[in-house]
Order: sequence, then structure tokens, then C-alpha cells
Amino acid sequence: MTNFAPASTFNAGSAGKWRRAILRLILLSVLVIFALFYLMPLFVMVTTSLKSLEEIRTGSLVALPREVTFEAWRTAWSSACTGIQCEGLRPYFWNSVQLAIPAVLISTLLGAINGYVIAQWKFRGANLIFSLMLFGCFIPFQVVLLPMARTLGLMGLAGSIPGLIFVHVVYGIGFTTLFFRNYYVSVPSELVKAAKVDGAGFFRIFWSIFLPLSLPIIVVTVIWQFTQIWNDFLFGVSFSQAGTQPITVALNNIVNSTTGVKEYNVDMAAAIIAALPTLLVYVVAGKYFIRGLTAGSVKG
Amino acid sequence: MAPILDITSLYKNYGQTEILKDINVSIEPGDFLVLVGPSGCGKSTLLNCIAGLEPITSGSIEIDGRDMTQVSPKDRDIAMVFQSYALYPTMTVAKNITFGMKVRGVDAATQEAKLQQVASQLQIEQLLHRRPSQLSGGQRQRVAMGRALVRDPKLFLFDEPLSNLDAKLRVEMRSEIKKLHLNLGASMVYVTHDQIEAMTLATKIVVLKGGVVQQIGSPAEIYNRPANLFVADFMGSPAMNLIPARTHKNGSGTRIEIARDTGEPLVLSDPNSDLPSDVILGLRPEDIAEAGFRAGEGVQEARCVIDMVEPAGADTYVVSRLGGKQVTARLHAETKAQPGQPLNLAFDLSKVSYFAPETGERLN
Ligand SMILES: Nc1ncnc2c1ncn2[C@@H]1O[C@H](COP(=O)(O)OP(=O)(O)OP(=O)(O)O)[C@@H](O)[C@H]1O
Ligand SMILES: [Mg+2]
Repeated sequence: MTNFAPASTFNAGSAGKWRRAILRLILLSVLVIFALFYLMPLFVMVTTSLKSLEEIRTGSLVALPREVTFEAWRTAWSSACTGIQCEGLRPYFWNSVQLAIPAVLISTLLGAINGYVIAQWKFRGANLIFSLMLFGCFIPFQVVLLPMARTLGLMGLAGSIPGLIFVHVVYGIGFTTLFFRNYYVSVPSELVKAAKVDGAGFFRIFWSIFLPLSLPIIVVTVIWQFTQIWNDFLFGVSFSQAGTQPITVALNNIVNSTTGVKEYNVDMAAAIIAALPTLLVYVVAGKYFIRGLTAGSVKG
Repeated sequence: MAPILDITSLYKNYGQTEILKDINVSIEPGDFLVLVGPSGCGKSTLLNCIAGLEPITSGSIEIDGRDMTQVSPKDRDIAMVFQSYALYPTMTVAKNITFGMKVRGVDAATQEAKLQQVASQLQIEQLLHRRPSQLSGGQRQRVAMGRALVRDPKLFLFDEPLSNLDAKLRVEMRSEIKKLHLNLGASMVYVTHDQIEAMTLATKIVVLKGGVVQQIGSPAEIYNRPANLFVADFMGSPAMNLIPARTHKNGSGTRIEIARDTGEPLVLSDPNSDLPSDVILGLRPEDIAEAGFRAGEGVQEARCVIDMVEPAGADTYVVSRLGGKQVTARLHAETKAQPGQPLNLAFDLSKVSYFAPETGERLN
């Protein structure tokens, strides 16, 4: 809004005022239209998930439910069929939790240590290693599928949750290192020097001086990694087996395994359930996310 | 006694750039070495090399007789105050000060006692629970000092530790450091831009320029017998007068002529007969007085036109143009000198320095 302030200083008369009002109106309309555009699918999903099948068939897509029922949510959670099994999303939700939490924590911690080394303990070849890690961020998932399958097989982790954790950690290190490295380069190198003179070693300095500085970037990294890992489908479908599939794979199976009539309300509820954790993480930590992305320096 | 710090032919490069060239310095236990030199001459780099925070390119550093090349900073038994303070931003002042002791496993009671003692010494007791971001520049600087003072190292390294303090506090801290030095007999290497600090604290001064040592000596030696034009100009405020002059052999001595705008040169004579025909004559402002106020062997009087009079409280500085240079003389406060009027000045040639104009080296 303040963007339009200069117009009024140029043109203080009533013509200027009108122009300002009209511009603002146009701006607001555009924003509202976009907001509606983005909210529409969510609205349809939520309302549909709260309707009965009967109502979906007879009513309009965008109408509010006449009678709110959580039946579809219950089905999606505990009894929808994913292929031959009919246990709902619940077991897969826990698979995803067991997979995402360690993968996020490990990749964040490794990224923090890597970033700390690359930014503050310059060694010969540090820049080369960092460039290679950056390069790793941009390798398409598909390229690593076969070599990774072979590697997991050799490690005896094929089809297991630890195997998936391993894949996500390896794939995530590039990004987490990038985040932490960029954050730590703005920390004055005298801090490390002072701590060395004080007698602290590598890990002591990391633990006592760098980690306490890192809350904003930890939040950024955790949100980023959690969203990536929770939403991942390709690795999930490639490297899991019947009991270890993550929720994204299960969601796909629910939606695709049609036996008889298509239960749109269950599909919608399942999709929302699958998306909830990432939403939740963002709502809880979102304000740090913005702050962390913009926090360039850590003076004081 | 064996030197506590012994630096021999130390070179330090950053990439292709030579920062320090052939540094040879050694200090005895209890010495207070002050490093001075213009900004960018390598003072902080030298401290970093001594601390082991920057690898050296060649040469050697020994602390207390032990070669330090392979020794990490934490095992060198040094404490350092950084030019940029380098306070740990997430720790309180108290934690900042005790961190080193904590890391080294000093017991809590000793930590607390040391903390209180240093805090009162530095007048920061009421700041102990603040974070560095909540402190002023001078307060941060004192915390940085505190971090070094709680330790009891073989060698203290101070990088301009008082630069950000107000005049009064600076004088107080200066005497605290002096006391510390006298009481503990601690050995120190101290970087400063402040001439008075250098003169009052040092037992030994090293003047650096462009990574090369210009002179090493006691404050008196550096002040009275500067080794070259750079040192002469750099040390002392106001700076030494450096006046171009011509010389003629004159019996057993030398007749010295200093050109003047009025045409007739200023003539002085010196018993030294061993001077080249062109010299730069160096005299400190306090070695030029009003005629009649200075007596002694080498004192010679001459009439000079005063261009400017600058009262400075205890003294009055007057400026006269000699040899194409503005020459400053320090007179007593009650002088009758008037701008534009001539005045008899007394030049004390017993304190004179001569330099070769081409090389800048000292001649006498
Ligand atoms: N990491 C570095 N890489 C390259 N050159 C450097 C580096 N650190 C310092 N220098 C250069 O080394 C020279 C000496 O720097 P140093 O910090 O030792 O100067 P100083 O004498 O402490 O100056 P000041 O009085 O301004 O603190 C400078 O020319 C500086 O540009
Ligand atoms: Mg410096």
C-alpha cells in the first residue's frame, strides 16, 4: 500500500486522491481474486470431506455440506483400503513419522556441522567440496534411483525404513549444508579464534558458540527438510515395501484402488490428513522461517 | 634469563602478498612490548601468528623456550584481546568472561572469585548479566579485556584494547594495565595507536611499517634517537620537525644552513664534522624554545618570523616556516609571541637527529 504514497506527494489534489483510491481498489481486487483462486481447492476438499457420499452425488461441488459428518475422516484414517489391506492411513502415517523425524534431525545436524566446517574451518579444497555439495542439490531424483537401490541392497537396508532415512539424509545434506554454510559465513571468524585461545576445541566451539546462534536457520532447515521428506513420493514408492510405505504412497493407493463406487469424501479427507503435518509445522514455526530466511547477519 | 617470546626471521604471506617480512623480536619475562605502526602494517597479523591463529610462512616463534610451530592456540598458554572484541553473542558478560576457565575445568568457586575480581577492576559489575548486544562499544571492550584478565597465561596479547574508551576511562584502564603488569610481572604484547599509551606502558617498542620492523628499542630510544625518517615522523605528537638543510665543513665542525623565505638562511653549527652536504635535520618541538628559556651546550639562538600561535593550555605552540617546512616549537604558556612578528628561538642541537634525504636513515 505504501507503494502508492509517492503519487499523493506529487499530486496532492483530489485527482491524486482518486487515482490513489482506484489503484488501491485494483490492487485489492487482484489480491482477493488470487486468494480465492488458491483457497478454492482447499475449500472444496474440506467441504467434500465433511459430506456423505449421498450428498456428494446429489449436491453441487461448491455447496456447503447440509449435514456435517466425520465418517469419511474416520474411514480414511482407519479403514480405507490401500490395495488388499483395509487399515486406512494410520499405519502409513506412523511410517512417515518414523521416517521423517530421524531423517530431518540427522540431515539437519550433519548440515550444521558441514556448514560450520566449510564456513569457519577453511581447509584446502573446502570450496570445491562445497560446490560439489551444491551440485548434489540439483541432481534430479530419477538419476539416483538405480544406484541408490543397489547401494541400499548392498547395505542390507532395501525396503526398510532405515533405508529410506538413509536416502533422505543423503539427498538432504546438500541443502542443509548450503543453508548452514551461508548462515555461518556471516559469523565473524574472530569468534572461533577467541574460543580457540580460550581453550575450546572443534566440537566445543560448535556446541557452545555456533549452535546457540543457529535457531533461525535450524527452523528454516527443519521446515524445508520436513516438507521435502514428508511429501516425497518417488523415493517412498521406489524404496519401500508392503509394511514400510510412507503416507504419500498410501494416499496414492487409496485414491487409485477403486473398488466399486469412488468415495470422493474419503479421498479428500485422506489428502488433508496427509498434508496436515507439514501445515502444522509451518504454522508453529513459520514466523521463524521468514525471520531465518531474511536474517543475514547475527551481530550481537 | 631466557626470552619468554622469541620470534626469528618470521615471514607471513597471504597468498602472494607478503604481509610480514623478516621479523626478529624477542622479549624477556616481564617485558611490555608495544607494537605501533600505521593501519594495515601487520600488527594484528603478527599477534595472530604469535597466538597460533594464523599459520606462518617461514621462521619460528618460541614461547618460553618452546618452539610453537606445531602447537595449537589453546596449548600456547596465551590470552588475547581481539581488536574486534569477538565476544560470544549468545552468552552473558559473565559467561563470556568465565568461558575459558570453564573449558579448562577450573572449579566454580575459583571462577566466581576471579570473575568478581576482574569485574570490579574493569568496572563492569553491573553488566554481568547482559548480552554483548546490550553493551556500548567501550563496555564490550572492557568485557573483552576481562576475558583475558581472568586467565593467568605466560603471555598476554592485546590488540588495541582501549581504543574505544572515553578519555577518562582510558587513563584509568591504562593504569590498571600498568598495575597488572607491575604486580603480576606478566609479559605482554600490546598493539596501540595511542602514542601516550605506547610511551607510558612499554618497556620496549617495535615500530612496524608495511610488515617490516623499522626500529626496536626502549621508549626513550625510539623517541630520542629514531632510526629513520619514518619512525621520527610517526612517533611523537606533535611530530618531530624534519627540516631540509645544507651543510658545509667548518673547521672541526659543520655549518648548517636552513633556507628561509626571507632569503637569508638560518645558520646553526654542529661540532659533528661527519655529515653529508644534504641532510634532514630533526628536532622535536620541545627542543625549540623561546630564547632565554633554554640553556646548555648545544643551544643556539636565531631570530625567526612566527606565522602562527596556538595556545594549548600548559604550553603554546608556535609555527615558523623554515627550509620550506612548517616548523613547530613548544614555548611556555606566557610567551609574547605574535603572528607575523619575529621572535628569538633557541634550538637545542644536543637533541638533534640527522637523516639522509635519499634513504631516510639516521646519520648521527
Ligand atoms: N585474511 C587476509 N587475507 C589477505 N590479506 C589480509 C588478511 N588479513 C589481513 N590482510 C592484510 O594484511 C595486512 C595487515 O593487516 P593487519 O590486520 O595485521 O593490520 P593492522 O596493522 O592490525 O592494522 P590496524 O591498525 O588497522 O588494525 C593488511 O594489508 C590487510 O589487508
Ligand atoms: Mg589491527
